[in-house]
Amino acid sequence: MINFQYLRTTSAKSALALLQKDKNSKFIAGGTNLIDLMKRGVTAPEKLIDINHVPLKQIELIGTKIHIGALATNSAVADHALIKEKLPLLSWALQAGASAQLRNVATVGGNMMQRTRCGYFYDTEMPCNKREAGSGCGALEGFNRMHAIFGTSDKCIAVHPSDMCVALVALDAEVVLLGPKGERKILFKDFHRLAGDTPQLDNNLKPDEMIVRVEIPLNNLAKHSYYLKVRDRASYAFALVSVAAGLELEDNKILSAHLAMGGVAHKPWRLTKAEEFLKGKEATEENFAQAAKLSMENAKGFGENNFKLKLAPNTIIEALNLAKRKA
Amino acid sequence: MENRILKDENDRVDGFLKVTGGAKYFAEYELPGLTYGVLVTSTITKGKITSLDTKAAEKAPGVIAVLSHLNKPSAPAYEQEGGSQMKIFYTDKIFYNGQPIAIVVANTFERATYAASLVKTSYAKEDFNTNLDKAIKDPKAKKLQGQPDYKRGVENAYKTAEIKIEQQYILPIETHNPMELHGIIADWRPANKVTVYAKTQGVKATQGTIANVFKIPIENIQVNSEFVGGGFGMGLKTWPLEIATVMASKHVGKPVKLVITRMQMFTMVGNRPTAIQKVGLGATKDGKLTGITHTAFGESATYENFTEGVVNMAKFMYQCDNVNTSYTIVPVDLGVPIWMRGPGEATGAFALESAIDEMAHELDMDPLDFRIKNDPEMDQQKNKPFSSKNIKEAYKLGAAKIGWSERKNKPGSLVEGPWQTGYGVSVGVFNANRGKASVKGTLKADGTLLLQSATSDIGPGTGTGMGLIASKLLNIPTNKITFELGDSSLPPAPSQGGSATLSTIGSAVNDVCLALKSTIAELAANSNMDATSNFVDVLKKNKLPSVEITKESQSGKERDNYSMYSFSIHFVQVKVHKLTGVVKVSKIVSVGDSGKIVSPKTARSQMVGGAVGGIGMALTEEAILDHRYGRYINNNFADYHVPVNADVPEIDVIFIDKPDFLVNPMGAKGMGEIALIGFSAAVANAVFNATGKRIRTLPITPDKILA
Ligand SMILES: Cc1cc2nc3c(=O)[nH]c(=O)nc-3n(C[C@H](O)[C@H](O)[C@H](O)COP(=O)(O)OP(=O)(O)OC[C@H]3O[C@@H](n4cnc5c(N)ncnc54)[C@H](O)[C@@H]3O)c2cc1C
Repeated sequence: MINFQYLRTTSAKSALALLQKDKNSKFIAGGTNLIDLMKRGVTAPEKLIDINHVPLKQIELIGTKIHIGALATNSAVADHALIKEKLPLLSWALQAGASAQLRNVATVGGNMMQRTRCGYFYDTEMPCNKREAGSGCGALEGFNRMHAIFGTSDKCIAVHPSDMCVALVALDAEVVLLGPKGERKILFKDFHRLAGDTPQLDNNLKPDEMIVRVEIPLNNLAKHSYYLKVRDRASYAFALVSVAAGLELEDNKILSAHLAMGGVAHKPWRLTKAEEFLKGKEATEENFAQAAKLSMENAKGFGENNFKLKLAPNTIIEALNLAKRKA
Repeated sequence: MENRILKDENDRVDGFLKVTGGAKYFAEYELPGLTYGVLVTSTITKGKITSLDTKAAEKAPGVIAVLSHLNKPSAPAYEQEGGSQMKIFYTDKIFYNGQPIAIVVANTFERATYAASLVKTSYAKEDFNTNLDKAIKDPKAKKLQGQPDYKRGVENAYKTAEIKIEQQYILPIETHNPMELHGIIADWRPANKVTVYAKTQGVKATQGTIANVFKIPIENIQVNSEFVGGGFGMGLKTWPLEIATVMASKHVGKPVKLVITRMQMFTMVGNRPTAIQKVGLGATKDGKLTGITHTAFGESATYENFTEGVVNMAKFMYQCDNVNTSYTIVPVDLGVPIWMRGPGEATGAFALESAIDEMAHELDMDPLDFRIKNDPEMDQQKNKPFSSKNIKEAYKLGAAKIGWSERKNKPGSLVEGPWQTGYGVSVGVFNANRGKASVKGTLKADGTLLLQSATSDIGPGTGTGMGLIASKLLNIPTNKITFELGDSSLPPAPSQGGSATLSTIGSAVNDVCLALKSTIAELAANSNMDATSNFVDVLKKNKLPSVEITKESQSGKERDNYSMYSFSIHFVQVKVHKLTGVVKVSKIVSVGDSGKIVSPKTARSQMVGGAVGGIGMALTEEAILDHRYGRYINNNFADYHVPVNADVPEIDVIFIDKPDFLVNPMGAKGMGEIALIGFSAAVANAVFNATGKRIRTLPITPDKILA
């Protein structure tokens, strides 16, 4: 049997201490991703540190920021009155993900850390640089319908599968990481990495760190935001392309636009150019189309995913249309 | 099967057990000394095993045995020549990726799983091909006739017609994947007695296969399969993995349980194979069909042939004097397919019924009018009248219900914001089969009736239907009737498949009930009782605890004189999003013309289930292979998309409900297949009507709409 030790801890500090003691250990939160990866032989930690009892489930407004603990479940966040009122975009993005059963145990930290769903990553009989550096990329010339069109490398074209993270990026979230030297805070858009030459690294969390919370600044987007997820079935499927859109409107003028896309890159893809373009413009479909066009610079298809070159801008336009109409 | 809490005589008799966890499925039987089997599978697609190192596995904790071609566990038939080449553990050949090559038996499932991971295999690899299209184009690739070519009138008459269309239609691999995983518990006892708990659509078939492979008398084999968690056709065959488990039990002298994984459900228990089809249609300008040509290529395996009725429908569904069909099977390096709900007909109907819609469009005719105009009076293939066919009435009822009059013949006419609305229709048809079966009926003085037959229930509600037949004939409430099935020691019955169970077993139930009725009448007469006396009183008066009768039943000559089919018409409304390419089925009306409806609730469930399966076939389901490796990419329930509730709108089911007593004494035809057959074409036709885009390759995913 591939044995592993199961440890349970009740404080972030002791969790971290346990993690640092043993390189081959891993936190387990909801387990909805980690257990699958263990069953498929993609990962085999020697120690599992159960952090579900660490008191990091808070969802609260502190000053001008909403703090969400890393162990708050996806459903707790999605259903929380504060989130629904102030950050509906986040609530919708969470609800667009997985299934009710999964969301009930999946956590905010686990969601950020979930690994790609690329079939080559999961099948240990096939090549995958992310799983086994140097073994090649099965998707490059294989089944790449679900894969990235932005920021790809010849080592890896996988996408980050999370919906929640797309909303967090659009909402200017920051993530707080606890390490041996205490907490550090980084912009969430800088948390995940592009594949580059190190596709095995999904993000910038250090091996001796733990995610403790996210902080999201209050905004004026609640009235005009929308999370549009295009997928192969109406629920319980990963995004082909998704767009998190938030508009701050005065009459029909865009004071600020917040846009990020999922299903298109190794990380949640912020549409900075489109946001800059839309600022100060009228909220018209022509401007939305222009913003979508700007968003597609440097996009590249790999065959089966070429349709995303059309689907992505269309989804941006429609998400903006729907955000504008929302109220 | 116990009757519990029937609120209404039409309720499903095992509904209570199923929703409370009381129904016991094969994997839930706990036998004393039970051991656990786990399969080792090939990681190459074609070639030979050159070495199989089982030492580490054998030494792993809890391991009892590792069986493979190296130690050839005893199976007398496999020691002989002939038969399928896939004789598990009697060949070192690899025919496909994921083929079972060894079984590890251990005292826990986890230990067996771990030990299986320790088996190290080396192979001599050979070139392979898992791609049907490539095989068709390769002149060197083997091609076999799947069915004799058919011709009536002039061959390829469509080519010279006033109006013609010729198109190619492609279906991907679809997997059955019922919720319940496949497997078996085998318990081989001294003196060559074996009991199995199986997931099968035919306990007698499983019994027969085991008898053949192990060369033991059929009476020595007991097959139990009271509840089956869905089959859709995959339980119509006793698979190598089941034989492997019986071998293992014989070898280790203990009961062995094997439950395969969801991933193995994609490779070990068949699928609906890929098919590439061409349909040519010719018509006069005023819309009379003058030529139908349907040619199909379907995937098969290299070690066993598989055929299905892909081109059947073209031969009789429409009035047309010139029809020719051909069906070729092409072996590829994949596991052998097996019939999946609506078997080949569902594959063929997608092509034919899409083509009919394309022709109607060419003619600028309403596709419903076009179908009605070409509706045959009799079966031109068999040159016989139909035993019954109420399809024109079905067209009318369904059209009224869906609101067909809202439909515009010009595609893309109904637009609301980004959503385009379209309507589509398609016909489904399947043989109204009836086989031979026996049923034993026991009328008891306590007022109950016990019916027994070695049939199965993979979900349609066999016991419920049989109870209703008996209830009407003997005037006994359904909650006093028990129907026992799924046990090979009961009177013989065929496997549950081909929409024939109600017709076949129901007829035997009918015959038994009539015989019981006349026995009771005789007993009444003999004891000077009124002929209408209640059977309880008659039995008591005669001091009999019960009477029992066994009847075998099958159809007579009427089968020779008529063409017998069940029909369905599917109407769907879809909404297609212009920008995202998302297709939503927004309304469904399925009309069943399948004779008398014996069991209204379970019949409706059949139609609803067929429509849901149809949405999957049309919009979401595709088992994706990487042909470079011969391995599946999406072999799990997250990535292989069966429809979820959010994909399914309310489904209206209409039944014509007219008895056809030529088919059987109940006047009822089968429904399992027609519920699905044709559905995917109705969706594709609706998508065309909504958008003007004709999608000829399933499933219709957003990328295809945007292309
Ligand atoms: C069938 C299926 C469908 C799904 N569909 C979707 C979908 O449509 N959209 C979507 O967004 N997601 C989807 N998911 C993914 C789901 O959102 C993730 O599995 C889930 O969010 C992971 O959270 P968890 O708490 O279960 O993580 P775990 O599985 O417990 O952990 C995942 C990883 O995160 C690490 N980790 C957990 N917490 C911390 C922490 N505080 N600090 C540092 N590391 C940590 C663990 O060590 C592990 O490596 C789906 C999952 C499944 C199984």
